[in-house]
Amino acid sequence: MTQAGKVVLVTGVSRDLGRRFARNLADDPAVANVIGVDVTPPEGDLGAVSFVRADLRNPVVAKLLVRERVDTVVHMSVVATPGGMGSRASMKEANVIGTMQLLGACQRSPDVRRVVVKSTTTVYGASHRDPSMFTEEMGPKVMPRSGYSRDALEIEGYVRGFARRRPDVSVAMLRAANVIGPGVDSPIAQYFRLPVVPTVLGFDPRLQFVHEHDLTGALRHAVLTDVAGTFNLAGDGVLLLSQAIRRLGRAGLPVPSFALAAVGSAMRGVGRSEFASDLVNFLIYGRGVDTTRLRDEFGYTPRYTTQQAFCDFASSVDMPPGVPGLAVAEPLLAGLEHALTRTPDVPVRAGGELDG
Amino acid sequence: MDDADIIPIGTHGAAGRGAGAKPSKAARDLLGGQRRAAAPRPPRDADVHPIGVEPPVQQPVGQPGESEADADLAAAPVASPTSAADPLAGLDAAAREAIEAADRRPGKRPGIPVAEIVEAFTHAAMEVFGDDWERKTAHFIAFLRRRITGEFEIDDYGFDPELTQRLLMTTARPLAEKWFRVEVRGVENIPTTGGALIVSNHSGTVPLDAVMTMFEVQERTGRHLRPLGADLVFRLPFVSTIARRGGVTLACQEDAERMLNGGELVGVWPEGFKGIGKPFAERYKLQRFGRGGFVSAAMRTGVPIIPVSVVGAEEIYPLVGNVPSLARLFGLPYVPITPFFPLLGPLGLVPLPSKWIIEFGEPIRTDEYDPSAAEDPLTIFEVTDQVRETIQQTLYQLLMRRRSVFG
Repeated sequence: MTQAGKVVLVTGVSRDLGRRFARNLADDPAVANVIGVDVTPPEGDLGAVSFVRADLRNPVVAKLLVRERVDTVVHMSVVATPGGMGSRASMKEANVIGTMQLLGACQRSPDVRRVVVKSTTTVYGASHRDPSMFTEEMGPKVMPRSGYSRDALEIEGYVRGFARRRPDVSVAMLRAANVIGPGVDSPIAQYFRLPVVPTVLGFDPRLQFVHEHDLTGALRHAVLTDVAGTFNLAGDGVLLLSQAIRRLGRAGLPVPSFALAAVGSAMRGVGRSEFASDLVNFLIYGRGVDTTRLRDEFGYTPRYTTQQAFCDFASSVDMPPGVPGLAVAEPLLAGLEHALTRTPDVPVRAGGELDG
Repeated sequence: MDDADIIPIGTHGAAGRGAGAKPSKAARDLLGGQRRAAAPRPPRDADVHPIGVEPPVQQPVGQPGESEADADLAAAPVASPTSAADPLAGLDAAAREAIEAADRRPGKRPGIPVAEIVEAFTHAAMEVFGDDWERKTAHFIAFLRRRITGEFEIDDYGFDPELTQRLLMTTARPLAEKWFRVEVRGVENIPTTGGALIVSNHSGTVPLDAVMTMFEVQERTGRHLRPLGADLVFRLPFVSTIARRGGVTLACQEDAERMLNGGELVGVWPEGFKGIGKPFAERYKLQRFGRGGFVSAAMRTGVPIIPVSVVGAEEIYPLVGNVPSLARLFGLPYVPITPFFPLLGPLGLVPLPSKWIIEFGEPIRTDEYDPSAAEDPLTIFEVTDQVRETIQQTLYQLLMRRRSVFG
């Protein structure tokens, strides 16, 4: 088998982000072949990607790595919600055991040269003792006991172990902030699609988002380059939850923290597990990460800032009809401001710039 | 429909309850002498009356056709004032259009007289902003709009300069100028550019000394002082939100160095809760200065340390007691008892008007130390002690200067 380019194995292609990333990667001239692996078949078009239906916990993957002489593995099947899998236990099983098996298979394979893992900034947790911006060498201030952040933390531990055992393989771990964009269906995206957005009374957390294009862009950069290490991936700047809700033109509904999960779940008509404790903590304390290393060492600069990413998402969200919000007052204020600034003898810049 | 004339209510006679057989004087006046025409009572429907203004007078009392009157009521407030003194006259056509368009919006409650609101608004604006009210009001409205649409800027720490300027500083000003009559010394010691660490004593049960220092620094140098707060601040609802908006961040090595590297003016109160929650009897006695983390942060970033001594804050809420059991229950460092709180309830929350002096001391340079000094506990303790001694000595001197607590 003569190889003109990289042979890439991508896990988690049944979900939208994984599918689009794999498809996008298959079009790259430097990549010869892309193999997508997942337990369920993808819903959309996979393009030039060859799909293998397999569970990561299955020895099929190890055989596949050897047979296809895969040199790059992109692991993005760590999921935040049980979704179709049912319970939290099976989610943990798929996340943690799946990763262990995949890394075990990579360790055996003589051809693998590059492993890219999509992790999450959730590993930093969210608490009142957090610094304003996490850098890559910091850990969570309060250890998560369960849930997605715990899974991600354990997975990262296994990935570091793998990197130690196979020093010839360059391992890159991308800790992505909450991915958002018109096509994203994540817990946080679902949260912002609620007609009235429940918030925690008295808290206004700082949020950070990364646009879906930047996630795929950064993963692609990771596949095509050879920089090893852990990197935070997030759009520039932060957005307050209240700002985000207002940009959506929606109303926030402040509830006490213990009621947030119940209210959120009731509104969406889903089980409580969808409103996991790490999401609740995130909506109380928020989180910010420093992306200096991403730019300087990894060599990728996100195209969207946090604000731009969120605005792009907001433009895809339909306004719920008849929901009262502060937005009603906006045209009136706009009219008044316009009137006042247009009065001829008063020179005021149109924007109503503040000068203290 | 004729012009409605305004009839003052309840000024021409003894107040009547209007509950008996005989209508009150005010009620008789309202009827305009046509009482005997067996007037049907106006509908007591709260929805029909404009909110917050006098109910429009139905002139032809006793006219048949109650339903027609109803329809008129909804239309009247918008139409009638335009014929008399038109409060919209001052605004140009575009404004009028915008206002009327807003009024026609679906889902708007019927009968809110926009014109009257505008008039009231105009007067209020003139009252508040003075002659230049149009420009200033426009700015204020622009500010409100940005709040509503969420289009304001915050930095990575969640600091909202605009809100701080508008709200925090505006409320702090009368407190600083009129109530505490803060006297500031040594402003020239605050660098006008670049990072610096302002280290101050802490007192007063409620961290008003931090607010006042922030205000004075902003007022006199135009720079924002960015305080470092205890983690408790970020655990409390509302407090955490206000603190982040006001520029506070967590007092930890990472944040302190990040801010100082960013060239910010950072404020730290190393005594923490030991200082702010100390009994009144121990006033002006500096507490322990922690582990000197602030010194190592300053050394690593090479910024000067400016010792600040605040006199006056100790007397605003004299802490005479504590309720440790309650404090434990709520996870707070202390629950204060002052001579007036909780005795006088909310009135006890009014701070005593002590006379304040804030002195910014001479900067202590840290850039001359070896980079490894930041890891050397002895050097750290030495510098910490130096800062502490400076503040303590200055406090004694300032106390001698002050004629009396309330002078």
